Amino acid sequence: MKPTVIIVACLSILLSSHTLSATLKMAFDADPISLDPHEQLSEGTLQFSHLAFDPLLRWQQNGTFEPRLATHWQAITPSTTRFFLRQGVTFHSGNPLTSADVVYTINRLKHSTDFRAMFDTIQSAKVIDDYTLDVSSAKPNPLILNIMTYVFPMDKDFYQGQDEIVKYGETFASRHVSGTGPFILEKRELGSRMEFRRNPNYWDTSSPGNVDKLIFTPIRNDATRLAALLSGDVDFIFPVSPIDIQRTQKTAGIQLVTMPSTRILLLHMNQTRRQEFKDTRVRKAINLAINQALIVDKILRGYATPAGQLSPNRFLGHIADLQPEYDLTKARQLMKEAGYEQGFRVSMMAPNNRYTNDEKVAQAVTAMLAKINIKADLKTLPKAQYFKEFDDRSADIMMLGWQSDTMDSNNLFEFIIACTDAKTGLGAYNASEYCNPSITDDIHQANQELNPERRLRLLQGIEKTLYQESAIVPLYWQFLTWAAKDKVKIQDIVNDRNYPYIGDLIIEQ
Amino acid sequence: MLVFLLRRLIQAGFVLVAISLISFAIQDKLGDPVRQMVGMTTTPEVREQLREELGLNDGFLTQYARFARNALTGDFGTSYYYKEPTIDVILKKLPATFELAFCAILLVILIATPFGIITAINPKHLISRLIILVSSIGLSIPIFIIAIFMVYVFSIQWNLAPSFGRGETIVLFGAWESGLFTKDGLSHLLLPSLSLAIALTPIFVRLIRSEMSEVLQSEYIRFAWSKGLSAPRIYFFHALKNTMLPIITIGGIQAGTLVAYTILTETIFQWPGMGFLFMDAVSRVDTPLISAYLMVVGGMFVVMNTLVDLIYGLVNPTVRLASHGL
Repeated sequence: MKPTVIIVACLSILLSSHTLSATLKMAFDADPISLDPHEQLSEGTLQFSHLAFDPLLRWQQNGTFEPRLATHWQAITPSTTRFFLRQGVTFHSGNPLTSADVVYTINRLKHSTDFRAMFDTIQSAKVIDDYTLDVSSAKPNPLILNIMTYVFPMDKDFYQGQDEIVKYGETFASRHVSGTGPFILEKRELGSRMEFRRNPNYWDTSSPGNVDKLIFTPIRNDATRLAALLSGDVDFIFPVSPIDIQRTQKTAGIQLVTMPSTRILLLHMNQTRRQEFKDTRVRKAINLAINQALIVDKILRGYATPAGQLSPNRFLGHIADLQPEYDLTKARQLMKEAGYEQGFRVSMMAPNNRYTNDEKVAQAVTAMLAKINIKADLKTLPKAQYFKEFDDRSADIMMLGWQSDTMDSNNLFEFIIACTDAKTGLGAYNASEYCNPSITDDIHQANQELNPERRLRLLQGIEKTLYQESAIVPLYWQFLTWAAKDKVKIQDIVNDRNYPYIGDLIIEQ
Repeated sequence: MLVFLLRRLIQAGFVLVAISLISFAIQDKLGDPVRQMVGMTTTPEVREQLREELGLNDGFLTQYARFARNALTGDFGTSYYYKEPTIDVILKKLPATFELAFCAILLVILIATPFGIITAINPKHLISRLIILVSSIGLSIPIFIIAIFMVYVFSIQWNLAPSFGRGETIVLFGAWESGLFTKDGLSHLLLPSLSLAIALTPIFVRLIRSEMSEVLQSEYIRFAWSKGLSAPRIYFFHALKNTMLPIITIGGIQAGTLVAYTILTETIFQWPGMGFLFMDAVSRVDTPLISAYLMVVGGMFVVMNTLVDLIYGLVNPTVRLASHGL
């Protein structure tokens, strides 16, 4: 061999090994409360699940599914789907992944208080052979794949026998992990630090990701989190508050990545508490008096999309024509027609630390309502207290933000619009106390409608009725805002659910 | 002495009972702990069931009686979030707060004493006037402004010190996790302790100045001058010693401010100590942890006040402890 060839070979080995070792320090606003992926359905838990575990399939940035531990799937009957598993995948414990693990995981999910709402629709999961399984639902289920993105197979041999899910106590699963994920948990200090190293046996060898070591710190305070990035103490943060966005953009060496999310912010007008809200004209007037575009522009600095309906544009129920309207003259006219020209007084509540600038948005809304003589007495509360009040429906107007777990309009309708039913949990967040039986019927119908054409009509029909009746006040869909050092290529791995796929993250050296 | 300590012990008991009652009474206003444990889509029925299992639906007296019974056996409840006994959780965070407070107090003593003395001895001097001016301004600036300013200047602009966290720590005596003996730990300690010290120093500078200038006017100092004693001996031995008496008392009272300030400092610097733990517990409605924290801090106050009184007695033996402070 010629000396130059040897030198080149050595250099390339040197360089390639170099690109393989990168440490990522990231600071997000929350951490998972437990290592048990089934204990709480929260953003923190799902972010963790994407690190230590792998889903059967996952969402891509363009809204389509990407096969992960399931290589492909096919519907064999209207209510049964067959999943084919990737072979040669091992858990962190060394046990191989088989369909028994997946079936075990799905059954466990059915027992989790938080995931049960979604997995109740799945009747059974059956092992066909080591790498094939059938998932059946009681009725035809159009969202089976959406739901299967929540299946992160757990190591059956590792957990079995000590796998109870407890909400307020220590369990084996809340302290120990064995998944198939790209990262192995090394150290954890609850509430202040998690350390991961890359899984050397990770199945996805084609992944370009080169993060070798991952240090995760939850930082709740917006200013502290941003300072940590600007001072170079961390490489990647979420979220960036709107007031800091401009500053972040101006800083050399720092990039800001934003993306519209599917979380809708809305106002409920309680029709049981207030006689006035029973009148469609009043509800319409309120909708017309609120200037969504101005709120987005001034308070959220453009980092949101004004909403005239509940479904964001990537959901099936979205209707492009339903735009937010702002017309004060028409609003005053409607108030006059309804006999409330002199206006009235209402109570209003909003959280002050749950959604981006929630308190300021609520204040802006009260100012806008004043223009049609509705005097809203606003009370804002920290989220811990707020949701207690929300459950009690203790104000006439209440703010709510909602992200659909299934990435489907029907999830919004089920929780926010359907007639309240304490037993099934339907309408649990319907603080409007709006109840339209025909809509509730349509919601049930849409849950088992497999024909995409008919399903589209059902969901859009609901959206249209809500718009015509001004049942609620849609405000806007929030943006997600991440910031990182320039060399950390986060734009390729973030998504509108905010589960960054760190396993695929590239850090330039 | 023994009577004094015994009385203090009884006093401590009363304080803790009062604190536990108050912290229990406000729990209901803090929010629903169950909400923090479940996702948004969990049905109201399941949540109600969880509340029942946790005993949150019982009346105030039932809950308090249960708590008091357990507390008497040394069990102060289990944190909902950490899933460990609350006392263990707090004790684990104690070293971080203690080291932060210790460094801040050290800095306060090192800065405030000379400055206070200079301004008392030579009030008309330009430097003295400058010190007084700066301390007046310092008194009126809230600590979080100081802390954010420190982060901006030293961490973001000049990159001299880390902006958050505690850095590398080593374990001493098998239990005490310390950041005082690593370079990384010390660099992390720099900004928070400095912020805390800057917030507390102005009070002490002004206090030392006013106390000392009063002492310097007194008869025995004039007598000492006429006796021909050297200036340093008069200033640092005779005058300073008597100045320190009221300073110790007020310093003890300032311990409360220190606790409040550590909560703010720890929140801003993400310092993993007790104050940060408390703020987190409040936002998570971790009620057992909140109660336990308040009781631990209450206990610390009693201990601190007792210590101050004891030191007072050491510095000035004419103070009779048994009749003092009760």
